Amino acid sequence: MWSEKEQRELEKMLPQYNTKRSAVLSALYLAQQEKNWLDDDDIKAVADALDLTVTDVHSVIGFYTLFRKEPTGKYIIQFCTDLPCALRGATKFYHELAEQLGLPPEGGTTDDNMFTLEEVVCIAACNNAPCCQINLDYHENLTHEEMSNILSKLRAKSEKESTTQP
Amino acid sequence: MTNKYLDKHVLLRNKDIPNIRDINVYIAHGGYDALKKALTVMNPGEVTQVVKTANLRGRGGAGFPAGVKWSFIPPNVKPVYVVVNADESEPGTFKDRELMGENPHQVIEGIILCAFAVGAERAYIYGRGEFKNTFVPLKKAIDEAYNNGLLGKNIMNTDFSMDIFLHLGAGAYICGEETALLNSLEGYMGQPRSRPPFPAAEGLYAKPTVINNVETLSNVPPIILNGSDWYRRYGTERSPGIKIFSLSGHVKNPGNYELPLGAPLRYLIEELGGGTMSGLPIKGILPAGASAPMIPPEHFDVMMDYESMAEANTTLGSASFIVMDETVDMAWAAEKMVHFFKHESCGKCSPCREGNYWLEQVMHRIRSGKGTSFDIDLLTKITHQMTDNCFCPLGEFAVNPINATIKHFRSDYEKYITL
Ligand SMILES: Cc1cc2nc3c(=O)[nH]c(=O)nc-3n(C[C@H](O)[C@H](O)[C@H](O)COP(=O)(O)O)c2cc1C
Ligand code: SF4
Ligand code: FES
Repeated sequence: MWSEKEQRELEKMLPQYNTKRSAVLSALYLAQQEKNWLDDDDIKAVADALDLTVTDVHSVIGFYTLFRKEPTGKYIIQFCTDLPCALRGATKFYHELAEQLGLPPEGGTTDDNMFTLEEVVCIAACNNAPCCQINLDYHENLTHEEMSNILSKLRAKSEKESTTQP
Repeated sequence: MTNKYLDKHVLLRNKDIPNIRDINVYIAHGGYDALKKALTVMNPGEVTQVVKTANLRGRGGAGFPAGVKWSFIPPNVKPVYVVVNADESEPGTFKDRELMGENPHQVIEGIILCAFAVGAERAYIYGRGEFKNTFVPLKKAIDEAYNNGLLGKNIMNTDFSMDIFLHLGAGAYICGEETALLNSLEGYMGQPRSRPPFPAAEGLYAKPTVINNVETLSNVPPIILNGSDWYRRYGTERSPGIKIFSLSGHVKNPGNYELPLGAPLRYLIEELGGGTMSGLPIKGILPAGASAPMIPPEHFDVMMDYESMAEANTTLGSASFIVMDETVDMAWAAEKMVHFFKHESCGKCSPCREGNYWLEQVMHRIRSGKGTSFDIDLLTKITHQMTDNCFCPLGEFAVNPINATIKHFRSDYEKYITL
């Protein structure tokens, strides 16, 4: 989403760079913040805000893994199964988690659009495997019990938000 | 005593001093004294000279002497930039994350000292996108530094002024390569640039730029405060000083350990790491994440400095040691690493883009039991075509896991060949 609020935040950042273009990743993060992915309007808004072409912004988005052009769950679980974590049981943990969420081994989004599960490469927390990031918050030394607690808390938080928001 | 080789932590001081991320605690333990010394009794050239004499070598992987790099900055071209490499994406590496999250003021003080030495008024810390929340304590520390007159205009009431800005990437290992990082920071796809020109001549926004790793810069405050002789008491003649070793995989106690360079690998793994979780013998050790050749058992007594590692036919790189016990199927481990490099190839040059694609295909064919003995040689052939033909080191790193595992553990591949 791109509103006056995002525009204002972007303008606060611009003076720290020599070119507007340098702020493209920051602008895309702002645009993606609300719903976790970027639609055509968001991309156009970022391009306009930074005097770039839409094609140019598309190529930047395509290059980096943290930007998305498809709808995702409200919480994106990026679970590390790279070599150091895999040596400490992360792959098995990941598969069990996928099963608990009713998802196939390659991950995906739950039917209620609450969680998107993905396998990722190293996130610099290999000393605390199994580990993941949920919307970029670290969760480390996971047990299944803890993971269930985290997921129920997020579910509850989401329900609360949807009842308090008009 | 931190360990047999180190009386107390020099970098991970958070392990000795609770709350050192708070500026008052940091200052109470000598924090920003090095900066005061530099700004009041030293000139910029002297700061560079001390770092040069200490022979502090870059901790991002290549081991290039930091002081020498700083001295390449031309004296008359302005502005000059400092860029801090906090991309930390090599599998098994998690030291910069701890430094920024737990001892952030030492990173900041190192950056200010570097900027003073090279005449920069702006520094950017480029962190991988996944460090969004690791940047929270770092941002807080930067704010504290501003509020204490340690950043911004007229630092410590001298005529030196500078700013530090935080910048997040968005998920791409290649952005750790310094010229790809610069492109990314300028808002382009993070693909490497050709060199020359080197960043010292034409870096960020085509201006002279110093790029250093987070850990490299964390070494600078103690070096300036205590002098190069003190620093050179640690480590070896050609690899002096202190280094953080990230230890992961099949060890009982994974984590970051600080040791002088040249300490024995066995000490790190057996004494600090507690040996393997299973108690089973170790089959292989990766010394620099996925990027350097694996160390086979005959070299487990190697010393961890740049020269000794080279003699053992590998590199120290980022010093991220991944330990694998004898239950590990090395073809499986190699497939994991091939997957990593295929995923992270930036696509700019075809030997790397195509080579990694084919390596993954053939690996997969072998591991799913559909390969022939010809396929093992085919892997080697593909790696030969990649070697010396890639535009940047990523493509060269990618061949290491395959070549080393085939060389030392060929039977792990052969057991999949039934056709
Ligand atoms: C593929 C690739 C990935 C790299 N990743 C990192 C990284 O994550 N962090 C880092 O500090 N250096 C990384 N480097 C090394 C940098 O290019 C550069 O040498 C380093 O930032 C220089 O700083 P130093 O001299 O203080 O080590 C990487 C290099 C390559 C080729
Ligand atoms: S070697 Fe790989 S990562 Fe490096 S420029 Fe070529 S394609 Fe990109
Ligand atoms: S391998 Fe999983 S965090 Fe590094």
